[in-house]
Order: sequence, then structure tokens, then C-alpha cells
Amino acid sequence: MSDDILDIGGRTVANRLFIGTGKFSNYAVMNQALIEAGAEIVTVAVRRVDSASKTENILGYIPKQCFVMPNTSGARNAEEAVRIARLARAGGAGDWVKIEVIQDNKYLLPDNIETLKATEMLAKEGFKVFPYMGPDLSIARRMVDAGAAAVMPLGSPIGSNRGVKTRELIEILVKEIKIPVIVDAGLGRPSDACDCMELGCAAVLVNTAIAIAEDPAGMARAFSEAVKAGRRAYLSGIPATSPCASASSPLTGFLINSA
Amino acid sequence: MGFYELYSKYRNLKVPPEDSEVKSFLKLLSPEAESSMEEMAEKSRELTLRYFGRVMQLYTPMYLSNYCENKCLYCGFNSGNNIERKSLNFEEVEKEAEFISATGIRHILILTGESRQASPVNYIKDCVKILKKYFSSISIEVYALTEAEYSLLVPEGVDGLTIYQEVYDEEVYSRMHPSGPKSDYKFRLDAPERGAHSGMRSVNIGTLLGLNDWRREAFVLGLHAKYLQDNFPGVEIGVSLPRVRPQAGGFKAGCKVTDKNMVQIILALRIFLPRLGISISTRETAELRKNLIPLGVTRMSAGSTTRVGGHTISAGDGGRSVQFEISDNRTVGEIRTMLDKKGYQAVFKDWMEL
Repeated sequence: MSDDILDIGGRTVANRLFIGTGKFSNYAVMNQALIEAGAEIVTVAVRRVDSASKTENILGYIPKQCFVMPNTSGARNAEEAVRIARLARAGGAGDWVKIEVIQDNKYLLPDNIETLKATEMLAKEGFKVFPYMGPDLSIARRMVDAGAAAVMPLGSPIGSNRGVKTRELIEILVKEIKIPVIVDAGLGRPSDACDCMELGCAAVLVNTAIAIAEDPAGMARAFSEAVKAGRRAYLSGIPATSPCASASSPLTGFLINSA
Repeated sequence: MGFYELYSKYRNLKVPPEDSEVKSFLKLLSPEAESSMEEMAEKSRELTLRYFGRVMQLYTPMYLSNYCENKCLYCGFNSGNNIERKSLNFEEVEKEAEFISATGIRHILILTGESRQASPVNYIKDCVKILKKYFSSISIEVYALTEAEYSLLVPEGVDGLTIYQEVYDEEVYSRMHPSGPKSDYKFRLDAPERGAHSGMRSVNIGTLLGLNDWRREAFVLGLHAKYLQDNFPGVEIGVSLPRVRPQAGGFKAGCKVTDKNMVQIILALRIFLPRLGISISTRETAELRKNLIPLGVTRMSAGSTTRVGGHTISAGDGGRSVQFEISDNRTVGEIRTMLDKKGYQAVFKDWMEL
């Protein structure tokens, strides 16, 4: 496990639990949760950052060991996402960007077409692009062609805590897509995160379930441990399950000794 | 189909709604539901936490002008009221902006009375140009504009529209708005849609509680919010629940709306529309606002004054020229501390101009 390093977007990452920074009751609580989880990658909404403010600047509360992936939350189309990404890079945020393009405020489901367009444009500009998307295989393939650093399919709608409702589609992505698959959104409990890792996802991104827990630091640690357990299980080769017992005297046993 | 058609369908509630969600919403607002308020509160709290988190968006209103051609019975700016009239000049706008932005606030709501002479769209536009230097999000609460006019303001940096119907009941509406452009019920009713079409990021509607039976008004408000959410999925829809407050005209609300009623409205709206923004202003007392926080509220005003230039210019008429009296005079810093104690983060900035 110790040499199980995720090589992604030009970086090497040991902790496969990525954490979102919204919805916490205060920045100190967020800081504690990030430390407790041993988080290495955190995502921050560019629209929230108030770099003019000394006390209200979220970036001041992110532990030093964390790498910040800005996200384009609030963008309604590719053009807005591209503008937000450029603003973030101009502000010194580096070249990673998580693309969120949402045209739907009721379910907060992503717009795959606009997300793809933004991914194409930003990858050309040298960004390491992490598109948040509906788990669609054809779109995921196009994201790969567009130069995405990973794909981030949703487990269920943002903030819903409903778990991996898109499990079967995510399994297909894991099987077919050759860049890292990171499940983002909807993971409500550590077991959901563990499930994703057992499936072979490269990482997961969690925010709401940690931020609104009674004890966010405790929940952050629980998620971190679940992600490790799931990853270890995946690497150890999970035996296939079968709905039936396997017969101890197989019907075709007589064939073993026959020519 | 515009919202008026939908409103007409439900206005007398002679036929029970077919839509099961609408039917449930109606039940949540009913007198019978009062006995289930604690369960509703738990559900509402849980939904709000999941979708919005342990945070509260703060904004401050800035009054630009109180000249008005309308005679709205409940409003201090009623053209018949003998109050000091004023429009801020650009220097004064800048001073107010400096003052408010020094409190940390990055979301501003600018307001005017209805006077196309004293506060024309171009004046609002010029004020926005100044405010852009200080604030990351600018919303307007001005008279109902045409879509072309909203479209003029959006590229200048206005990203939010607040416009209240005040009262959805047409007959009560015409009594409350006896003269002036605001007496045009339908022009106002369609304003949120025009704003959404013009590219506003957020649209906030409301009904002034106390003018009519609150259950009816809250029901139509919920329908209106749902209609806007359904038709403009890319726009954040929010509601405000202002209650009538004392003002220069001396108008008294004819319909009582208790704190308990307010809570029932908030809970019913949250359960009906889980991602709806809900604002509570300084019309309400500090104590009530504190108690409402976990129940579904997502936005609060802070450091408010309802007088033109109220942050930096002293009142010439002993403070008579307010739009209405506020109940929560705390500073932004005090509100922030209160939120922190309640376990909520005050969010000062949640958008930036692109």
C-alpha cells in the first residue's frame, strides 16, 4: 500500500480522498477536518475566495500540505467556466481546475456538453482539467480525447448524500476509461466511498457529508480510512460474488478425469 | 403559459391541486399541519443543511433614492407622505460603498423608489459602475423594468433581481396600490421572468405578509417560485418573507401573521422546494432571526438601514424618511458573531463578476 501512489495531473498523491471546502460551519472546523483526513487534494470554489480580505480568505485556512484544485462552481456555460479557470490561474492557483458547469439549480446536475467544451478549451491552454460530469461513457471518452486529467462522474446529486446511485455506469467507466475515474458528489457515508474504491475508482471527492456531520473532523477521518480500506481491497483482488452457492460436487466433475 | 394563468387556476382553490407535490405543499401550510411543526422543522433543518451547509449568506441593502410616484399604502416612500426626498449623488454612492464594504460585505442590494425621473435606469447603471469597485455581487430592488432595461443592467454587473409582488390577490393588490405605475398588477407579476430572461443569475420574489391571508399568499408565493425554478433552471430562485413594519404613512397590517405562522411558511417552503433560497431581513427582531437560522433560512441582511444614505449621511428629518422601521440594528460584526455561536459561517462573498 505504501507504494500505491496515484499519478495524476503531473503530481503524485498518496491520499485518495479529495475534499471539498464548502458548507463548513467555520474555517477552523474545515481546517481540522482537512488535517484529520490527511487530505492532500482539496477543491475550493473560486467564487468564494475573497483575496482582498485578511480574515475571510478561505485559502488562509487550508493546511500547508494540501494542494488546492480550484473549481468553477457557479459557471452556467463553458465560457463562464473558462473565465473562472483563467481568473484562478491568474490569481496564482496553479494549473489544476475542476470544471463544474451547472445549468440546473434544482438538482445541480452537470451539463456534460458545456463541460466537454470547457475541458477542450482549457486543456489546450495547458490546464490539468478535472471535469465533473454525469457518468456517460461516450462523453467520458471525449473527455479523454480532449485531454482531461481525470473524469469525475457523480455518485448522486451534489449534497444529496444518497450514495453511489450511478454505480453500474461508474463500473463501466472504470473498466473502459484509461484515465483516473474519481467519483464526486452524493457520497453520504464512508461505506459509499469504500464502495467506489473497491470498484477500482482512482479516488473520491467528498464535501457535504463531512462538512455537515456533527463532528466533521471525525467524519473526515472515517472517510479517509474507508477510502484506504476500499483501495486495499481493490488491490487485493476482491473475489467475485455469486448469488448461488457453488456446488461441491459439480455436475461436470466426471469430465476431469476423462480424456 | 405565464404565471398568471397558473395563478388563475389555483386562485380560489375551488378545485384541489392535481400535482401531488403541490397538494402536499398545501397541506404543510394548513392549520392541521400546525400540530406537526416539530417534525417539519427537523425535516427542513436536515434538507437545508444538506443543500446549503452550515453557512449563511449575508448582504446589505443600500438605498439610492426615495422619490416615488406610487401610493403604496404600506410604504414609507408613498408619494403622499411628507418626508425628505433624496437621491444619492455619485460621490455619496461611493461613500456609502466604502462604508459598507469596510464591514466585509461583498453582496450588495441597491434600492430605489419608483421614479423614472429621479432614479432612471441610466442613473442606476452609473451607480452600478461605481459599486462594482467595491462589491462582487450586485442585486437590484427597484421598480419593475422591461426586459430590455434589465438587459442593459446585466452586462454592467447586476447579477440579481429582487422584486416582490407584495400581494398576489389581485383585488387586495389594487386596493394597496391605488395609483402610480406599480398599480399594474400583471406588469409586476411578470417582472421576475423578464429578469430571468435577461440573464440575471438570481431572482428573488416575495409577498409582504400582513396584507392578505398569509396561507393563501404563501401558497401562491411557493407556486410562483416553483414556476420560476421549472422554467429557468439556470437561475437561482429565492424568496423573502417580509412582514409589514411601521412607516411614515402609519399603515397597519390588516392580517395578523405571528412568529409561529412565519415558521410554518419557512418550513413548508423548504420541504416543497429544497433548493430554494430563503431570506430574512432586519424587519425581524434579533431574537427571532437567531431562532429561524436552522429552520431553512439561507440569506440574511446585516448592518441595514432603509434610509437613503443611511450609512454615512445623517438624517435631516429625525429619521422619518425610512422606508420602514427595522427591528435588528446589529452591525455586520455582531451578526457574524451570533452566527458563529450558532455554528454557522457567515458568507460574505459567494460570487464574482466574470
